[in-house]
Amino acid sequence: MGLDLRIPVGTLFALIGALLAAYGGATLGEPGTAPTGVPINLVWGLALVAFGTAMLALARRARRAAQDKATPDAEHRPRVP
Amino acid sequence: MTTLRGIDYAVMLLYFGFVLGIGAMLRRYVRTSEDFFLSGRSIPAWVTGLAFLSANLGAQEVIGMGASGAKYGIATSHFYWIGAIPAMVFVGLFMMPFYYGSRARSVPEYLKLRFDEKTRGLNAISFATMTVFSSGISLYAMGKLLNLLLGWNFDLSIVVAAGIVLAYVFLGGLTSAIYNEVLQFFLIVFGFAPLVFLGLRDVGGWPGLVGRLAGVASTNGFAPGAYTHSWAFMGDAAANPVGVEWFGLVMGLGFVLSFGYWCTDFLVVQRAMAANSMTAARRTPLIAAVPKMLFPFLVIVPGMLALVVSSASSVRQPRPAAVTASPTSPTSLTSAPASGLVPPKRDPRTGEPLVDARGRVVLDYDLATPMMLVHFFPAGLLGLGLTALLASFMSGMAGNVTAFNTVWTYDLYQGYVRRGAPDAHYLAMGRLATVFGVAMSVAAAYVAASFNNIMDFLQLVFAFVNAPLFATFALGMFWKRATGHGAFTGLLAGTLAAALHHGLSLPAGAAMGVKGGFFGVVTTYPSELAQTFWTAIAAWLTCFGVTIAVSLATRPRPPEQLRGLVYGLTAKPTDDVGRWYDRPTTLALLVLAGAVVLNVIFF
Repeated sequence: MGLDLRIPVGTLFALIGALLAAYGGATLGEPGTAPTGVPINLVWGLALVAFGTAMLALARRARRAAQDKATPDAEHRPRVP
Repeated sequence: MTTLRGIDYAVMLLYFGFVLGIGAMLRRYVRTSEDFFLSGRSIPAWVTGLAFLSANLGAQEVIGMGASGAKYGIATSHFYWIGAIPAMVFVGLFMMPFYYGSRARSVPEYLKLRFDEKTRGLNAISFATMTVFSSGISLYAMGKLLNLLLGWNFDLSIVVAAGIVLAYVFLGGLTSAIYNEVLQFFLIVFGFAPLVFLGLRDVGGWPGLVGRLAGVASTNGFAPGAYTHSWAFMGDAAANPVGVEWFGLVMGLGFVLSFGYWCTDFLVVQRAMAANSMTAARRTPLIAAVPKMLFPFLVIVPGMLALVVSSASSVRQPRPAAVTASPTSPTSLTSAPASGLVPPKRDPRTGEPLVDARGRVVLDYDLATPMMLVHFFPAGLLGLGLTALLASFMSGMAGNVTAFNTVWTYDLYQGYVRRGAPDAHYLAMGRLATVFGVAMSVAAAYVAASFNNIMDFLQLVFAFVNAPLFATFALGMFWKRATGHGAFTGLLAGTLAAALHHGLSLPAGAAMGVKGGFFGVVTTYPSELAQTFWTAIAAWLTCFGVTIAVSLATRPRPPEQLRGLVYGLTAKPTDDVGRWYDRPTTLALLVLAGAVVLNVIFF
């Protein structure tokens, strides 16, 4: 199928992560936001952003590799006399 | 009841938007019925692998395994390390070459190619009925939970969830279901991982959990390690909370039930059949086995923690739920007598906590994981956790719906109603079957809400039908002498044997009826699980024996008709593809070694 699944997965988690991290940063120190002493929205939000970005980077790398395969480097093309 | 904030709704809406967006984007790739039902056999192994796992990761898995974790402790991991991994390896290495290589479009269709029409018909009808009711039970459980936990309207919850699943399966077919299952897989992992982290941190890590569960074990009359060792107390059914001894566990769960589900259930096998090559199809269950092996830490440990976490460490002060007049939500989450965070089960009419024959409060274990989410997650993360829970309900339902529309269209409609129509006709029928399947699921949810015993009874009948299946497939794939008459008679005899065994046995302390003993009690088992395992063993052995006996008395099909369908008459698939770690055999050995190590660590 033509849709690289890593793109929607990466985008969704990067967005959710950004949302959580921003909310966690804005509510830092408020009561009820840090169970067992961990500012979990901020920490987990950043972890999700990292995961989402990694998925998007993998998708980008795969797309570039596919493009390179489809159009070989001009130097290696046979010269037309 | 917990009140959600704007941030929680934002996370949920974002997820729903992506789910529907994926369906809409994939619509243009669906041109033929094979695109709709089999994803055009074009999906890479890592995607089908995660979908293979996620289709099984429905509500019963996430909520049910958490509940079992609270009830039985780490012994629940037997459903993974013995009850799944060996069967997943077997289906990948030995059975997938026949499913994928035969070009059958469904598991019932394989039965038609290998045996005959009547065996296919029996399997297709029972499977299609089962998927609709399983999906309905899942919807009902979701509506009830959301009503209890968040006060959401029961009717609206199930209609919205069913509508979303309908939309994305209708648009993008199996590919859409598979892609969304992968999304749901990651959501469940990322939604539940912080729960385990916070819970363990709260009780002083794994050693703290072991220490606290030792106290629970002693209170319940077991040795201190009974909740934290998976094998050490399996020598005697009375010495462990599961109430099963090792032989019944290994044979009943590890062999009959596990192989019967993972190797023959079209719901999961369909994901592998959508893979883009034979090697990818074989790797699908093996890739799924890697996260499957680690899932006990994600779904069982929260249940174990719920039993020992102190309610004082909550991020919010729980408020009692309003008791509404709705027949679907007659209970409330009002205060104790609970164990840890697990509330008591209440009488639906009076609202009073239920007590067992020994006067002890009966706990509502199904609420163990949801209570953990509400207890530990602040606004924001709670939205993610609840979205993960919703995702598990929806992925389980979508798995059932896609399996239903394929079996209905290919095995029942094309097989018995209208043969030889143009492909576009079957594609349209598939979409129609999706609408019909979802509508039937919603109807089944209301049947479950109104007549709970009818659903229990139906699930019991399905268990009888499923228990002997692996004997039929194993003989069909590995014994060329097995005949259609043998398979059909064996399946019927196995189902009858299961019903007979269940009707003559009863778990200790249970009342006669759906729980068993309806033909008279000949034997009693220490627990329901022990009875289930031995029912499965009786069914499998009967089916195996009757299939062999009838096959030997009837005429076999000529070997040339069985090429590609039976071991010994089919060329072995090559395994020397790609890098060494991509090869199915290497992957299988690594997975098995991992399962052994985990069993040893938690012995």
